[in-house]
Amino acid sequence: MAEISTSSKEPGKKGKPKKLSTRIDFTPMCDLGFLLITFFMLSTSMSKPQTMELSMPSKDKVAEEEQNKVKASTAVTIILGAENKVFYYFGIGTEEQEPQVIETSFAPDGIRRVLLQRNQEVVAQMKQLKEQMTNRIITEEEFKKKASEIKSNKTAPVVLIKSTDEATYENLVDILDEMQICNIARYAIVDITDYDKGLIAKLSTPGIPNP
Amino acid sequence: MTAMTDVAFLLLTFLLLTANFIKPEAVIVAAPSSVSEIKIPETNILEILVDPEGRVFIGIDNQEKRAELLKRFGEVYHLSFTAKESKEFSLTNSFGVPAEKLKAFLDLPSILRGMPENALGIPCDSTNNQFKEWVRLVREVNPSITLAIKADRSTPYPKIKNVMNTLQSLRENRYHLITNLEAMPKDL
Repeated sequence: MAEISTSSKEPGKKGKPKKLSTRIDFTPMCDLGFLLITFFMLSTSMSKPQTMELSMPSKDKVAEEEQNKVKASTAVTIILGAENKVFYYFGIGTEEQEPQVIETSFAPDGIRRVLLQRNQEVVAQMKQLKEQMTNRIITEEEFKKKASEIKSNKTAPVVLIKSTDEATYENLVDILDEMQICNIARYAIVDITDYDKGLIAKLSTPGIPNP
Repeated sequence: MTAMTDVAFLLLTFLLLTANFIKPEAVIVAAPSSVSEIKIPETNILEILVDPEGRVFIGIDNQEKRAELLKRFGEVYHLSFTAKESKEFSLTNSFGVPAEKLKAFLDLPSILRGMPENALGIPCDSTNNQFKEWVRLVREVNPSITLAIKADRSTPYPKIKNVMNTLQSLRENRYHLITNLEAMPKDL
């Protein structure tokens, strides 16, 4: 296909060698190039999937005294409901007085604001630390060390995540995401109890006042 | 035209060097997004796929280990696989068929294997938990493997809980959840 077009013979110039212009038609090669690009674009992916690391508690029976009891004063219970609803209350749900359940959403001013407020101290410290790292005052290793120090703050909230059967996987990932955004180091995914279900049912049925 | 060809091949080189091939998966799963920036290890993972209906599919990335895995699975369920079936299995990236149908599945031509009617899912309920058996055998075949769950964003929570509980009963308490990247909120 590549044709070598010869320049037209100029009359009257005898003896001189013919001037050959070596112009190759590049169109097929260009076609091939783009064809291969198209093929690779369709059959490969540029982005590597991200992951979240999750550590679940083991199912082994732990002796009562060895268990870490969640202090009710620092605990926040979050319940994932149907249709992307989120419910939360402060405490672990075993208090004598029924806690006040509040409904919220995954929007930035929903559950995130509540958690940020509860975790103010740690969030402020982490923000400062991040600034220090971006300004190259501390190295990444120091950052990691200090971050874990800050996060082990004893007064920081402990979040219990409970999910109703109507919630989706996306809700679960979203709430785990909020934990990361709000720098909450201690959280656990626990099974929902009938007590919690009752609280939500009470909230969503009008007529029964929520104490 | 030369310039255009140059551009085309430059792009081609770039793509070849940066991109990685998409491995065909048994089901298409739309992972939810998260701000987590941890990258998944490239090799040595057991991928657990959960589709919106809660069907479970698994796949490991090492082809030699796959054949070994099938052999051990056959021993547990009293199935014997021919050399051809074993080879076919080691070429399948991810699969989700119950043990009863595994032989028939491997005898199918490879094109038919990806059809939706063959995406049955591995039984994962309390009476017939073949998924548990698979994970246990995978861990036996390759003790250093990392577990990664890739579930669809609309999968109902009870299905995920079931998978997580199964892993928990195997004392697999650390695993990854595969997500897409989402930007971290700016004001934090």
